Amino acid sequence: MEKFDVIVVGAGPSGNAAAYTLAKAGLSVLQLERGEAAGSKNVQGAILYSDALEKVIPNFRDDAPLERHIIEQRMWVLDDESFIGTHFRSDDFNKPPYNRYTIIRAKFDKWFSKKVQEAGALIISETTVKELLRDKSGKVVGVETDRADGKVYADVVIMADGVNSTLARKAGFRPELDPKHVALAVKEIHFMPRETVEQRFNIKDDEGVVIEMLGKITQGMMGTGFLYTNSDSISIGVGCMLSDFMEQKLTPYDLLEQMKRHPSIQPLIQGGEMKEYTAHLIPEGGYHAIPRVYGDGWMIVGDSGMFVNAVHREGSNLAMTTGRMAAETIIELHRAGKPMSEANLALYKERLDDSFVMKDLKKYKDMPDIFHSNNQFFTTYPELLSRSAYTMLKVDGVDKLTKEKEIFASFKERRSLFGLLGDAFKLWRAFR
Amino acid sequence: MHSVVCIKQVPDSAQIRVHPVTNTIMRQGVPAIINPYDLFALEEALRLKDRFGGKVTVITMGPPQAEVALRKALSFGADDAILVTDKSFAGADTLATSYALAATIRQIAKESPVDMVFTGKQTIDGDTAQVGPGIAKRMDLQLLTYVSRIVSVDQDKREIVVERRAEGGVQVLKTSLPCLITMLEGSNQMRFGTMPDMFRAARYEMKFWDKTAAGIEDVTKIGLKGSPTVVNKVFTPSPRSEKAEMIAVEGGSPADVAVALLAKMAARFPLVEKELAKRA
Ligand SMILES: Cc1cc2nc3c(=O)[nH]c(=O)nc-3n(C[C@H](O)[C@H](O)[C@H](O)COP(=O)(O)OP(=O)(O)OC[C@H]3O[C@@H](n4cnc5c(N)ncnc54)[C@H](O)[C@@H]3O)c2cc1C
Repeated sequence: MEKFDVIVVGAGPSGNAAAYTLAKAGLSVLQLERGEAAGSKNVQGAILYSDALEKVIPNFRDDAPLERHIIEQRMWVLDDESFIGTHFRSDDFNKPPYNRYTIIRAKFDKWFSKKVQEAGALIISETTVKELLRDKSGKVVGVETDRADGKVYADVVIMADGVNSTLARKAGFRPELDPKHVALAVKEIHFMPRETVEQRFNIKDDEGVVIEMLGKITQGMMGTGFLYTNSDSISIGVGCMLSDFMEQKLTPYDLLEQMKRHPSIQPLIQGGEMKEYTAHLIPEGGYHAIPRVYGDGWMIVGDSGMFVNAVHREGSNLAMTTGRMAAETIIELHRAGKPMSEANLALYKERLDDSFVMKDLKKYKDMPDIFHSNNQFFTTYPELLSRSAYTMLKVDGVDKLTKEKEIFASFKERRSLFGLLGDAFKLWRAFR
Repeated sequence: MHSVVCIKQVPDSAQIRVHPVTNTIMRQGVPAIINPYDLFALEEALRLKDRFGGKVTVITMGPPQAEVALRKALSFGADDAILVTDKSFAGADTLATSYALAATIRQIAKESPVDMVFTGKQTIDGDTAQVGPGIAKRMDLQLLTYVSRIVSVDQDKREIVVERRAEGGVQVLKTSLPCLITMLEGSNQMRFGTMPDMFRAARYEMKFWDKTAAGIEDVTKIGLKGSPTVVNKVFTPSPRSEKAEMIAVEGGSPADVAVALLAKMAARFPLVEKELAKRA
């Protein structure tokens, strides 16, 4: 019978952070991954937030496959023809240690997995965990995999199995996914020569740019688009709430194709060779959607626990942080010789509550609902904004005061004064 | 029954793409896999072990990264794995490769006699189908290529009966052990290893053999030095210029379409027209 101190299910950022931290501390760790290898199920470009990884692997910059550090953030609000937006670029972002990087998850996850292995964890891939094994009292004592003679035991099982978390759902630890709580995102990578990337975005060396997009590109659905520069490629994608896709009968693929044809976006990706196309769910239910994340002999980390800050597009950092905190909790209990009981594992939740993870999620707890029931944020406003900019900037002999009045009138016409004030109030409250 | 299976790690050609602008092969992110044909060889060896007991040893000559391929073979149920790796092997063609592998198998046989050697039909990155026969020749083994089925093995008489695909049919062949079999694709399906196999593969201490360990004496026969094959040029054949033509006859019955087709052919190949006219 195989028995370990800890079994970690999943080799994404949360599972890797947990397995690494545990193995490094000398615990016996088995990590199970259903994909061919870590990262094989994850073929997207993404933003890596240094802080969360630094707390797991302080010197990660030595050998992690990082694409570019971000020196410029653009926010675009788009209608069909135009965008209006802000660009924030600062040489402060050029001072090491850098704060944010673009990465390609396939490469990054592979690197992370190697670190986990070097730390001493046993990694077995191409193996799906089918369910949790429980003793008579209901305590989780191990897992059953899809292979013959597939039972493996452990003092505690960490579920780092991503947004779908069939495990937690089957065990009744988490409710079924609510389509209003998950976004469906698609992403592509367009390869092109390094110099082309640098010219198009006015960057050099390993500098990078991020564009966050909002507006007509999502055709009234609640969602955002994004574009990042990698070393010799560009990641582009768009995501909307699953419930919206279902209602509008649109496919994410159509949406991305349309977005790629937008006159402000098309020149940026033109001529690249499209390499990867992936659709994936993102848990965006926020604070209210977070299930119970620990119990007798089990813990939930990362996307599986719905730990994503949709407003700031942060996921992997919450995944790594929750993974690390779960691991640290176990290590502490293990060293004190305490059992992995529900009461003892409650320490994990205390740590989470005390960290940016729960604090940030709490801060934005009402955001998903507001955007959900107010799709003017994604339709009317972007259009009005760019029309206003156009009206103001066009020199056509009309005096500016008249123009201002026209703009205000057009806002009022599309959305009553009460509506406008109401929206402003809702946003203010949610962001507060 | 001790079988040695020779495998090769190859880039997954299904995932290789040629860059549309530079026309170079884009290797970035192309995963390395076990040559798919070798999996049929490995599965057949595992089935022999299931039937007759014994063990399966997997070997590969390649760079250190090929360890992944061997570990994978172990996870399917192979018992032992040896990575034959040495800088002096670099640049080997099929002649030099079969020399090195034959030496390795002889070395293995010193510890535990080898009854069968398996290879895939060919590799997907070289397509030569020469390494298996090369090993058989050097080791003086009976050679059975394109085997689609092992019918029976008589361990006492040391005889084996196999079915072999040949032009125009299937041959049933009997020969004596030890022998070398190159397995045909589609002849079996690789199993899904058990959990204990996965643990064993993950924990297995890989054996790395350099040229000395592999018992190679003549260094002029390995690597670039031992490789008479010279690749002059690699090119992509240009697509054929002829274009298909759709023959459509508005509102036409199948007979009308056939007539239109014949007219087209007659116009293009006068000889056909003559011949048809003669017969009509
Ligand atoms: C299009 C898109 C863009 C994103 N961009 C960003 C970004 O820029 N920055 C950012 O921080 N976050 C981003 N995110 C979010 C981020 O990807 C996730 O928050 C993060 O990957 C969560 O990590 P995880 O380890 O919890 O889950 P995952 O990364 O989903 O890993 C789960 C792993 O568990 C395995 N698994 C699942 N079930 C089983 C089972 N039963 N048995 C064995 N193994 C199993 C899976 O194969 C998988 O490898 C993005 C997400 C998407 C979809």
